[in-house]
Amino acid sequence: MKMQHTRFMQYLAGAAAALLLTGGVVAGVMNTPAPDFTLKSHSGQNLKLSEHRGEVVLINFWASWCGPCRQEMPLLSELHNKYKALGFTVLGVNVEQDPSEAKKLLRENPVSFPVLFDNDSVVSKQYDVVAMPSTVLVDRNGKMRFLHKGYKPGEEEIYLEMVRSLIRE
Amino acid sequence: MRVVPVVVVVAGVAVTRQLNVRFAGLCLMLVGSAAGAAVLPDDRADALYHSYEGGGVEITGPSLLVLKKFGQSVAVTGNYYVDSISSASIDVVTTASPYTEQRTEYSGTIDYLHGNSVMSLSYGNSSESDYEANTASFGISMDMFGNMTTVTIGYAYGWDTVERSDLSTFSEDVRRHNYRVGVSQVLTKDMILEMNYEGITDEGFLNNPYRQVRYVDSIVPSGVGYQNEVYPNTRTSSAVALRSKYYLPWRAALLGEYRYFTDTWDIDAHTFKLGYTHPLAGGWKVEGSYRFYTQDAADFYSDLFPFVDAQNFLARDKELSNFTSNTLGVKVSYEFIKDGWRAVDRASLNLAYDYIWFDYDDFRDARQTDPVTQPAGTEPLYDFTAGVLQLYLSVWF
Amino acid sequence: MPIIRIASICMLLTGLLAGCSPIEPWVKPYERAHLADPIMSFSTDPVSSAYIKHVYEAREGARGASGGGGGGCGCN
Repeated sequence: MKMQHTRFMQYLAGAAAALLLTGGVVAGVMNTPAPDFTLKSHSGQNLKLSEHRGEVVLINFWASWCGPCRQEMPLLSELHNKYKALGFTVLGVNVEQDPSEAKKLLRENPVSFPVLFDNDSVVSKQYDVVAMPSTVLVDRNGKMRFLHKGYKPGEEEIYLEMVRSLIRE
Repeated sequence: MRVVPVVVVVAGVAVTRQLNVRFAGLCLMLVGSAAGAAVLPDDRADALYHSYEGGGVEITGPSLLVLKKFGQSVAVTGNYYVDSISSASIDVVTTASPYTEQRTEYSGTIDYLHGNSVMSLSYGNSSESDYEANTASFGISMDMFGNMTTVTIGYAYGWDTVERSDLSTFSEDVRRHNYRVGVSQVLTKDMILEMNYEGITDEGFLNNPYRQVRYVDSIVPSGVGYQNEVYPNTRTSSAVALRSKYYLPWRAALLGEYRYFTDTWDIDAHTFKLGYTHPLAGGWKVEGSYRFYTQDAADFYSDLFPFVDAQNFLARDKELSNFTSNTLGVKVSYEFIKDGWRAVDRASLNLAYDYIWFDYDDFRDARQTDPVTQPAGTEPLYDFTAGVLQLYLSVWF
Repeated sequence: MPIIRIASICMLLTGLLAGCSPIEPWVKPYERAHLADPIMSFSTDPVSSAYIKHVYEAREGARGASGGGGGGCGCN
């Protein structure tokens, strides 16, 4: 038992060391065309991504049951208001099969940017969404440039950086 | 519409003197991240009133918990728990006299979130007039495979002091080591499976100092003699458990659990549990559960030994005997704050009641011994029922 | 030294599992609505679970292997 005790403690120590060092990949840089899509928006009209060619677009995939998603919504709203005059827009894409919870959330906490509903997960699959939330930045030429997975408070600074650099181009 | 709450479980195992409740010591449950991701739980406060009544024993008291995040990476939890015990159990009335006692438990945990993992550190103390237990534990919970898998590892160390209220010179120690490994796996979009292993080693004075065994004594008129229990001074046990939850299409959840336990005292036990959760309109929720437990006796247990000093180790604790228990449980919850009110995000009131049947296969009712009509060893087998009530308020802020 | 060897194996394993893995998660984050539902949690009421666990452990010979974590929203 004593042998097993020391061995177990070593594994525990190893795991502790391991996780302290691995943070996990949360961001990516790329330059591929952003797949075009058409989705119904919160206001009822259909919205197409390619209509925003010429603008910098921040696509944010979110769900009502995702805490960090809800945390970053007001910040994205601010971001949208701040830079929309310079040719920038935030597009929220709700990924839920049943949009009623999301609609309820938006009624209670309205946002300034258009919210689209991807009920059939078509766009989520197109963009290979593997983390929640996921934020994709598309430049004025319709190319995907940055991908940010997840959200932790403070990371809105990263969005700010990415948006500014794309606007300046 | 909410982040699944994180497990912050701080459990205390009863440490009450006396013969009806085998004591173990304080055992702090690992605080892992749970909730499927590197997200710390929402701030919360819980106030529970608990009541156990059965087999001549009544235990009631509060349990209070507060969890608060500091920044985005640290969560601190505090728990205060009390057992007010009034005991006239079968062991107490046959070899001692009814008593009252109070056991108080304090514990605290710190969780630290880093990347996809949560590290936790806890300490707890449980104290009553003749037993003091301390536990310190460390644990890590890591999310991987796109948050489909969560691995948890933990270690707890406990150190206890056992005393006797009737003999001030008596003082013994117990040392405990708990090793835990768990894996939680999302199987489908409607099903999750969790596997847990826990190995425990105890050393020291492991029995209740007041409890006695009985043996056939033809010299005394009652025909029964009593001597103190003698337990081995080590015990190593392993438990493996599987549990699963399945989402039913009409919005309900099915729970299934199985645990196998074995130890060096030769006890083998199986636990099965089935549960059903059904949310209703207006914030109401009902849950029902059934639990079945069966155990084989420790190899040094006997209801009646053939003569004095019959074995090196002697026990007559019914918790180490061959027995089964069946539990039916019901719970009703009402979420009376759903959409926020001032500083409170959500709040719910809950009422749970569990009814347990204990049936012993080799523990006899020694209150009914009669040397002529029902000598020791021929009394009816003992059984009793217990009702467990919980009334609690949970507030998230 | 054995501890260094074990620690490095752990690091490698954790890095492997956390970073690049050949197995693709088969439940996408946008499919986790049911799993994120509180009724699917093993632990909505920690104070109650801890108490019931104590009720049984104090009266039965078996102990251990209850608890853990996982499932949920899978958010980052």
